[in-house]
Amino acid sequence: MTKLIIILLSAVFINNYVLSKFLGICPFLGVSKKLDSATGMSLAVIFVMLIATAVTWPIQTFLLTPNDMGYLQTIVFILVIAALVQLVEIVLKKYMPALHKSLGVYLPLITTNCAVLGVTILNIDEGYSFVESMVNSLGSGLGFFLAMVMFSGVRSTIEGSDIPESFKGLPVTLIAASITSLSFMGFGGVIENLFA
Amino acid sequence: MKTLNNFTKGIIKENPVLVLILGTCPTLATSTSVINALGMGAAATIVLLFSNILISALRKVIPDKVRIPCYIVLIAGLVTAVQMLVKAYLPDLDKALGIYLPLIVVNCIILGRAEMFANKNKVFDSAVDALGMGVGFTFALCLMATIREVFGSGTFCGIEIPVLIDNHVSILTMAPGGFFVFGLLIAAMNKFAKHKPKKTEFGCAGCPQAEICGKAGCGDVKEAAEND
Repeated sequence: MTKLIIILLSAVFINNYVLSKFLGICPFLGVSKKLDSATGMSLAVIFVMLIATAVTWPIQTFLLTPNDMGYLQTIVFILVIAALVQLVEIVLKKYMPALHKSLGVYLPLITTNCAVLGVTILNIDEGYSFVESMVNSLGSGLGFFLAMVMFSGVRSTIEGSDIPESFKGLPVTLIAASITSLSFMGFGGVIENLFA
Repeated sequence: MKTLNNFTKGIIKENPVLVLILGTCPTLATSTSVINALGMGAAATIVLLFSNILISALRKVIPDKVRIPCYIVLIAGLVTAVQMLVKAYLPDLDKALGIYLPLIVVNCIILGRAEMFANKNKVFDSAVDALGMGVGFTFALCLMATIREVFGSGTFCGIEIPVLIDNHVSILTMAPGGFFVFGLLIAAMNKFAKHKPKKTEFGCAGCPQAEICGKAGCGDVKEAAEND
């Protein structure tokens, strides 16, 4: 149990996918301007990360590894994720139109989001069990959510400030991301020591 | 002349990283040292070259409706091949790049070039375009890596630099330094670049997902790069 909590908390704070592993930077910079779109995008990411892990982990463990086909990992995972996202979209559209309305537009974007492919591959690389993988995916998704929501606040403050001409737009956003990432470095070592 | 232009535009005028703002994830993650940046650049260039050639050759065969899944399968196959080659011949590089090597599959430069250039142009032109874009990507990566390695670790390609080795700012090689140096580079590019890309041709607008992206309230990256 302690191990699961450590995995969860370190995925959220220490190994934050956006701020320390640089995965999913495109949506982070692109969709974080407004709080509601940042929330929608992150919820869709958490959702897809969880189902992607639930499907890719058994495929790797019971299909690829026993048959010595580990080299097919990349191609199989990306296809599974792409097909899964399509499937989820169809199912949501039919049975949960309200949810589809709020998450639907973000789903197709997620196929090529490196955070989703990244989390599935990292779960295998780290040698996590199924439960640990699911917890790690949940943590990574929550970390993404936290970074997006925090950063949308930071950006709305930037909007109103007087910025040098050549820094307007993306450069100042990146500098702000740098400071946000710096503040997350403060979490290093905290989680392990909590349970030591 | 046109061929030369196809090649050189990718290096400065339409630099995929600094002007089009594509492929930010690998740029930030692998630019901690010049060797890693070169390896990442070379791997991505090889995948881009072959994906552009193949997609251009198959542009009349692939049905328009399912083109994106087709491109992804093709690119994933190529990445797997590159991954196996790197594992076999350059195990150190494989360790250094880690997860970012398989993640070339979702690098938007490759899918973006397939959609913007290769599916409309002849094989030879697409190959030249891929080489130009690949060199531009590698150039931007190396530029960032040089700044981060020289000031962050006080070395260049592993060679120690006197004075700097004792006074290095190690935060530059960590995550915040990546964002910071990238921000400064784009600001410098905004300041000195004379050529401004047209809105519809480049960046997000040319991306296969621009339409969905626009609905999702994205597209700020593109505006950000252009609204100066």
